Amino acid sequence: MKSIVGKDSFPTNAKDKKLSQLTISLAQQTSGRRKYSQAAMFYLFRIAAVINALALMIILFFLIKNGWRAINWTFLTQAPIDSMTKGGILPCIVGTIYLSIGAMAVAFPLGTASAIYLNEYAKQGPVLRVIRFGINNLAGVPSVVFGLFGLALFVTWMKMGVSILSGSLTLGFLTLPVIIGTAEEALRAVPDTYREASLGLGASKWQTIYRVVLPAALPSMLTGGILALSRAAGETAAIMFTAAVFYTKKLPTSVFDQVMALPYHIYVLATAGTEIEQTRHLQYGTALVLIFLVLGMNLVAIIYRSRLRKNR
Amino acid sequence: MNNKRQAKDKIIQYIFFILAFVSIAILCMILFFLVREGVPVFELVTVRDFLFGDYWYPTSDPPDFGIFPLIAASLLVTVCSAAIAIPLGVMTAIYLAEIATARVKEIAKPMVELLASLPSVVIGFFGMVIVAPFLQDVFDIPTGLNLFNASLMLAFMSVPTICTISEDAIASVPIELKEASLALGATHWESIVRVILPASLSGLSTAVILGMSRAIGETMVVLMVAGGAAMVPASIFDPVRPMPASIAAEMAEAPFRGDHYYALFATGMVLFVFTLIFNFIADYLSNKHRQVGASTL
Repeated sequence: MKSIVGKDSFPTNAKDKKLSQLTISLAQQTSGRRKYSQAAMFYLFRIAAVINALALMIILFFLIKNGWRAINWTFLTQAPIDSMTKGGILPCIVGTIYLSIGAMAVAFPLGTASAIYLNEYAKQGPVLRVIRFGINNLAGVPSVVFGLFGLALFVTWMKMGVSILSGSLTLGFLTLPVIIGTAEEALRAVPDTYREASLGLGASKWQTIYRVVLPAALPSMLTGGILALSRAAGETAAIMFTAAVFYTKKLPTSVFDQVMALPYHIYVLATAGTEIEQTRHLQYGTALVLIFLVLGMNLVAIIYRSRLRKNR
Repeated sequence: MNNKRQAKDKIIQYIFFILAFVSIAILCMILFFLVREGVPVFELVTVRDFLFGDYWYPTSDPPDFGIFPLIAASLLVTVCSAAIAIPLGVMTAIYLAEIATARVKEIAKPMVELLASLPSVVIGFFGMVIVAPFLQDVFDIPTGLNLFNASLMLAFMSVPTICTISEDAIASVPIELKEASLALGATHWESIVRVILPASLSGLSTAVILGMSRAIGETMVVLMVAGGAAMVPASIFDPVRPMPASIAAEMAEAPFRGDHYYALFATGMVLFVFTLIFNFIADYLSNKHRQVGASTL
């Protein structure tokens, strides 16, 4: 059986930790120029970290500053009117929700199954390497290439047309590596004693996975699901040719309908609208709604995950 | 009874085994469909003319399908963004892994993760409406939508990738190495530069490669911010048209299964190959020089 602490060579007990802290603090008391060069370098590193945080803040600041006025009840609950120069973004919100939930319906079961195989069944060897290679490379495929693929396979070859179904499948495949990664991490965090206890009571391997391992791993898996959901919601290039359209009057009624989507709507208004300057506030508003959706989901996932880790 | 249970277990194992191959199957299907829809363009132009042709005029008559300006733009944008993102990402990673206190880390790390989660279209939009006019004013240039702006925006998209993977690599350096270095009288900074960074070099290079791979494939940012001129740029403030931008912008207008359509799929093939190469290098680096235990340095 694998050990979960074996890999970890950090000091785990309090005494070791204290000792290593003592070593570090003693060594840090070196005086003179070396100390100053260290202080200067550390300052530089801190600046690098601050630049990242600033970038996030600046983007959020400008979007909120220019966008909050556009957001009101009408904006959120009405369709665009007057060739998209006025009105709201309801069809885009609905479309984005359908697409990302559809993507999860594809990716979550598939990704979880892959992760179960990788963590519970697979043994080190060439097969595992091939599968890992596939996942790593899938994660690196550009989203626009996913779009081309979706166009060629789902829209054209399988004759699904530009539809929620095509878009969801494409987005599902795109987010698959994210789901596999987080699900695997979740499974790995389930202590082996759980499995041993279950097997020792006479449960079969599958019973152990289904009744013991999966319930224990489910909360962190769902966190991964939320992260993937937010990724799918913000994705543009993959749905440009497969699901999203410029403008459609009606809300979707079946999975074969075309939809409007928030990210595509931003792109269209900002680059190809009839009155680009005149609709600027709508663009900011749409961007703000999308950001709220995506960052909200991410924050929930991050906070939930850190609480899970603390309870462990 | 027992046999039946074992048989059921075996069957379930096989089902999972097959499902685990779905990623590699998708990868193969992507390759297949790109080739199927892209290769017909080579009846019109040779591979050499396609890759190294200087003119991309897909809609003129007769059309020119040379994607060299697009490839050059993609590579330049990637390199320029890497020049910003690598120092920033690696330094932030060192800060998070070695310097920051636990409390600072608890705030700083989610910041990086949130930066990673910003939708690319939002970053593209930001670059278009805020950064572009700013650059235009400050540098007094004809357009703010150019190579530099695109690189800057891409850099902030690849920083989180570089930072997260680098931080994992730095954190996984055995603490014995650091302790030994400190015990020999080196300062914390000297230990970072001479011991911890060399020991995590393979992880760092993987991080850099994956960050660049993300930058070369990123679509919405270069579509909205790079300016869109299909020429090899002469300066960093020239507008460019990287491959993903060209595909995304032109696909809607390209007649279905026409020459232009095939050419765009072929461009997708080239882009796919580029990211595949980046991933091969990353995979090679992370397997080849893996730090095993405290003994190898």
